Amino acid sequence: MARLRVTGHDAGVSEVGLEPWLDQVHRVVSTAVAAHAGERGPLLAVLHDVVAELGHVPDAAVRLLATELNLSRAEVHGVVSFYKDLRTAPPGRCVVQLCRAEACQSVGAERLVAEVSERLRVRLETTRDDGAVTLDEVFCFGNCALGPSGTVDGRLYGRLTADRVVALVEGALTPDPAEGGDSA
Amino acid sequence: MTPPVGPVYVPADSSARSIGADDMADALAASAAQAGIRLARNGSRGLFWLEPLVEVRAADGLRYAFGPVTPDDVPALVTAGLLTDPPAVDHPLALGPTEQLPGLQGQQRVTFARVGVIEPTSAEDYLAHGGLVGLRRALSMTPADVVAEVTASGLRGRGGAGFPTGIKWRTVLEAAPAVPDPAQPKFVCINADEGDSGTFADRMLMEGDPFSTLEGMAITAYAVGATEGYVYVRSEYPDSVATLRRAIEIAYAHGWLGERVLGSDLRFDVSVRVGAGAYICGEETSMLSSLEGRRGEVRAKPPLPALEGLFGRPTVVNNLLSVATVPAILAGGAEAYAALGVERSRGTQVFQLAGNIARGGIVETAFGISVTDLVQTWGGGTASGRPIGAVQVGGPLGAYLGADSLDVPMDYEALAAAGGMVGHGGIVVFDDSVDLLAQARFAMEFCSAESCGKCTPCRIGSTRGVEVIDALRAGLDREANLALLEDLCTVMTDGSLCAMGGLTPMPVRSAVARWKQQAAGAVEPP
Repeated sequence: MARLRVTGHDAGVSEVGLEPWLDQVHRVVSTAVAAHAGERGPLLAVLHDVVAELGHVPDAAVRLLATELNLSRAEVHGVVSFYKDLRTAPPGRCVVQLCRAEACQSVGAERLVAEVSERLRVRLETTRDDGAVTLDEVFCFGNCALGPSGTVDGRLYGRLTADRVVALVEGALTPDPAEGGDSA
Repeated sequence: MTPPVGPVYVPADSSARSIGADDMADALAASAAQAGIRLARNGSRGLFWLEPLVEVRAADGLRYAFGPVTPDDVPALVTAGLLTDPPAVDHPLALGPTEQLPGLQGQQRVTFARVGVIEPTSAEDYLAHGGLVGLRRALSMTPADVVAEVTASGLRGRGGAGFPTGIKWRTVLEAAPAVPDPAQPKFVCINADEGDSGTFADRMLMEGDPFSTLEGMAITAYAVGATEGYVYVRSEYPDSVATLRRAIEIAYAHGWLGERVLGSDLRFDVSVRVGAGAYICGEETSMLSSLEGRRGEVRAKPPLPALEGLFGRPTVVNNLLSVATVPAILAGGAEAYAALGVERSRGTQVFQLAGNIARGGIVETAFGISVTDLVQTWGGGTASGRPIGAVQVGGPLGAYLGADSLDVPMDYEALAAAGGMVGHGGIVVFDDSVDLLAQARFAMEFCSAESCGKCTPCRIGSTRGVEVIDALRAGLDREANLALLEDLCTVMTDGSLCAMGGLTPMPVRSAVARWKQQAAGAVEPP
């Protein structure tokens, strides 16, 4: 395995320890690269897979990807830093994305964003300190006749109100007793 | 009571799902099963004020509509006779036969003919509703004749630039190699990175009738000699990605894609690529960079993508609406399509009514309809019930029109002459509480957030633009800052590499002009 640089962004380290974490990153990267072998220009597709598995693109993955795909680290880093979906830090346990584009603005998106931010105590485009909630701005979900729109953990909702968003987030963060009370 | 023949339809369109269509389908499932009627998931008819919209197909062959239906409405609706033949008509949610709905009647649905009607990934439905007629006809013609047919139809790029599709195809057809060769590929790249606020036609088409895009791509491939195709879909559209991928699998299984398409010599492979949250990737050269797995940076033109596109190879880049319209053009003939529309804007446009609007959704009709007609007659004015304050036509790079200047026809040239653009056909309505200087600021903020950073006028200009508008909002040095903003807009318009920086001044200038009028008292302030 290539020598890996580990930074504070690699949150998995603190949970499972360095070696198991690096093993996991290595496994995820190898699987993703193999899944897209033979495709033209696969880097973005591979990075999507990495985010789907790990929740973000850890620094450790950048060097591995460069080696596996015969790219420079600068090229991989350049792609990771360009696209908003390719998070470099882990998101919160619940991810809220609110649309701030014009159609949703015309039905009060800016007020909604401000109120949700205040009530969930999380600034836009950040993750709350306790790691519970990430609040992202998104420019358009294509739900422009039913705004304000947003997603909670990837599920799209229209005609959103702050009450609804807060309730959905609370629901998502409350352990489901049917599933054995997993505290995550 | 006889049950209707069915099925009972509940849209799986993501907008319908966003306001509870799945829960409603769940609530309806048991009753449907009990009545022996199949529950089917269709696309949306695009009448979003009626969503979730339930339809029941009766023995008379008509589909009867009910909406908007919540899960709580289901028991009462069933009791009232939703699942009897003919379905109940004396319930407040009963809307009568779908085709006679005021929001649908009078539309000219060509591109959207099947959306909401068929089950999206049913090959049988697709064939029963005219699918593959266009591709079969194309394969019986020479590639040059197919290109000529599309040129004659007058079809122009629906992504916003409005470039004649047939002319673009001819450039790729004439590029080497003359004979299709997978070792020296030509590509068909479909732009479904529908990032403009107020637009959702690509999404609805992918979710409601994905095969039309694949058929259009196969026709394109045959016409220009391409062997590989990609659909670039934005990541904000996960349902579209899933439906399209499923449709591709089915198309391969039926021999509509792959080796020897429909038994012909055409070999054509298609795959979906997913964007990653960058608006700029809707710009064609940026999209090609992203498809190559790189940063979505814009490239200078020339070279044209038609000659040096994806991986440096000749490439057709078409908007999804354009390519999905091609099968209908081939099936019905160029003349029939060109008979619709006005001047140099031929055929239909899938207009999308969005924002603060009473009846938002899809209106597909021939070019030439006025913005007023769309917003007032079809859209019913604002949802809030207040007077219209401004209407942004053509996406975030389109102009803000005032309520007194909506009589402009939707036609590429007429709108350009009025200082706007058709764009991707999106129309966003604001009521009179809109703060136009805030909208101008947002246009600059959006540009600075989404600029690819390659050229200075866009990257730096937009940042300076936000600062100048902030100064104006603070009431500082008004005349000097207005002059500075105008200067900045000129530099961005003339000096940017692509439409992102080049067109951002359009919403900025139009909104600021309107704001100045308001401030001068020429228009009643809200």
